[in-house]
Amino acid sequence: MKSVLAVAEKELKDGLRNRWLIAITLIFAIMATGIAWFGSASVGSVGFSSIANTITSLSSLNVFLLPLIALLLSYHAIVGEDEDGTLLLLLTYPITKSELLFGKLIGQTSILAIATILGFGSACLSILIFADNIIASDLFGAFGLFILSAILLGMIFICLSYVISSWVSEKSKAAGLALVMWFFFVLIYDMGLLGLLVATEGQVQAELFPYLLLLNPTDIFRLINLVTFETNGTGLLSIAAEQSFTIGGLLVSMIAWIVLPFLLAYYRLIRRPI
Amino acid sequence: MSIIQLDNISHHFGSLQVINSLSFNLDQGEVLGLFGHNGAGKTTTMKMILGLIKPNDGNIKVFGETPYDSNFNHFRYRIGFLPENVSFYQQLTGLEVLQFFAKLKKVSLDRCQQLLKQVGLSEASSRKVKTYSKGMKQRLGLAQAILTEPSLLLLDEPTVGLDPIATQEFYEIVDRLKNNGCSIILCSHVLPGVEKHIDKVAILSKGQLAAFGSIQELREQTPLPTKINFSGCFDIDDLSRQLGYEIEPEENGHFSVKTTSENKINLVKTLLAQPGINDLDTLPPSLEQLYRHFVVDGADAVRVGSGCEDRPDKRLIEPTRASTSEFNEQAKQGEVK
Repeated sequence: MKSVLAVAEKELKDGLRNRWLIAITLIFAIMATGIAWFGSASVGSVGFSSIANTITSLSSLNVFLLPLIALLLSYHAIVGEDEDGTLLLLLTYPITKSELLFGKLIGQTSILAIATILGFGSACLSILIFADNIIASDLFGAFGLFILSAILLGMIFICLSYVISSWVSEKSKAAGLALVMWFFFVLIYDMGLLGLLVATEGQVQAELFPYLLLLNPTDIFRLINLVTFETNGTGLLSIAAEQSFTIGGLLVSMIAWIVLPFLLAYYRLIRRPI
Repeated sequence: MSIIQLDNISHHFGSLQVINSLSFNLDQGEVLGLFGHNGAGKTTTMKMILGLIKPNDGNIKVFGETPYDSNFNHFRYRIGFLPENVSFYQQLTGLEVLQFFAKLKKVSLDRCQQLLKQVGLSEASSRKVKTYSKGMKQRLGLAQAILTEPSLLLLDEPTVGLDPIATQEFYEIVDRLKNNGCSIILCSHVLPGVEKHIDKVAILSKGQLAAFGSIQELREQTPLPTKINFSGCFDIDDLSRQLGYEIEPEENGHFSVKTTSENKINLVKTLLAQPGINDLDTLPPSLEQLYRHFVVDGADAVRVGSGCEDRPDKRLIEPTRASTSEFNEQAKQGEVK
């Protein structure tokens, strides 16, 4: 366990040094504050509208940004160490491959978690202080769940990039694949699903369709932040409204999305030629 | 006690045979120089000793245990390794990098400062590693390798990038560790200067052991001449007759004769008896010459011997299955030829 913490600490230090942490925190803080106060500018009003609107807008923007940040943060986790020669060296140390991978996950998740909490937390506080007619418990509940699901979404994409990183032999290839994966989950999957739905005129396997959303972690993230407000999502997510997903169930499926890629990454790491 | 035992190790990557029936032992407190051309299998051999690669065939024991077993992990505290071309975490300082490795080996963090001082990095310890020169990274690598006062130390090209004084200091550390009973494998293709710090030499060629033994033993195995350099006033023809060898002129008015190591002492006596001789130097075959003999000339001999000269590249894929002794035999024939 000490080795895991040593690796995690090293990753966290790395994140602090190369300004990743501060950059992500600022992006999140500016984005969240901007959306909270100017999110309803398109309908002609400036100022805080509602918690539901803020969280819904935040989650639909974050669904693009957060996976990208997570992938950028961790695509080189294994292949980068391999190229630098430190992977070879680490494996001669009394540390197992599972400890190494787990330590990296903890460290890089910490970077993302700190940035998420500080960034979105500051926006949450600004709403609490400056907005009128806000029930603090509602605000904290909504933002708490949003932050939790954002951290889980980040972890999922960190683990997915570990799969890539422990599979390929070059850093540039890992970066390319990470981008392809981001494009697939964020855009292609939903478009494909929507296309399929239209082509079948919504008749075929209608009751199965909402579950197909669980095969895309970004959709789970959006569902979690919709279910809370009982609002009907737009586009693809409106199908899911008929299906009653519980928050607990959705969180569990996110955790499954963390565990399975992590195991796959570990499996690839043991088979990685040194 | 044998710290490392390799018994008929073979390994291939796909169809490429990298190690072919390799056997040798290394005892406690011995320093082994592992030499070979690029791609001879030096690094693969090290990786197998470190348990990072499981050989396809043969037995390997380190500290009497199998290094690629999962329960070998607690022996890793006693092993130090300096890889070739390692660039440590660029964003961290030298001290932070060393402390990270110290935590993994459960070494007290106080030792890190002391070690950095020992390798001459104490002034740079709070600077980021990305500002380090090649030599400084190499020193940091050495510091992490000796974190635990290891019982087994593997060094891959340790003196690359080191200036002469740092190289000298490096060898002092090697000598000190050896005196404390540490077994060391020194992997290199830089040969001058290493001779007096190693007990045994292993020369790898195309995955096979071309030669193994102390430098003296290797000299005895080869017909390479011992050279005697001398200068002074004498009659060349007369002296040549007395010595029984031809005298060759060298640069700066020096002369030399080439002889065998057995005959060397007689020739020296004869030369010393000459009144005109004012300088004399005997040069036994250097490690570099031995290396050339076993690798370059040896390879030619095998190529002739195996009848593959028309397809030289095929040999890379399918090396002849000659055992070490046959290999040496062929090497000798090649030399005579």
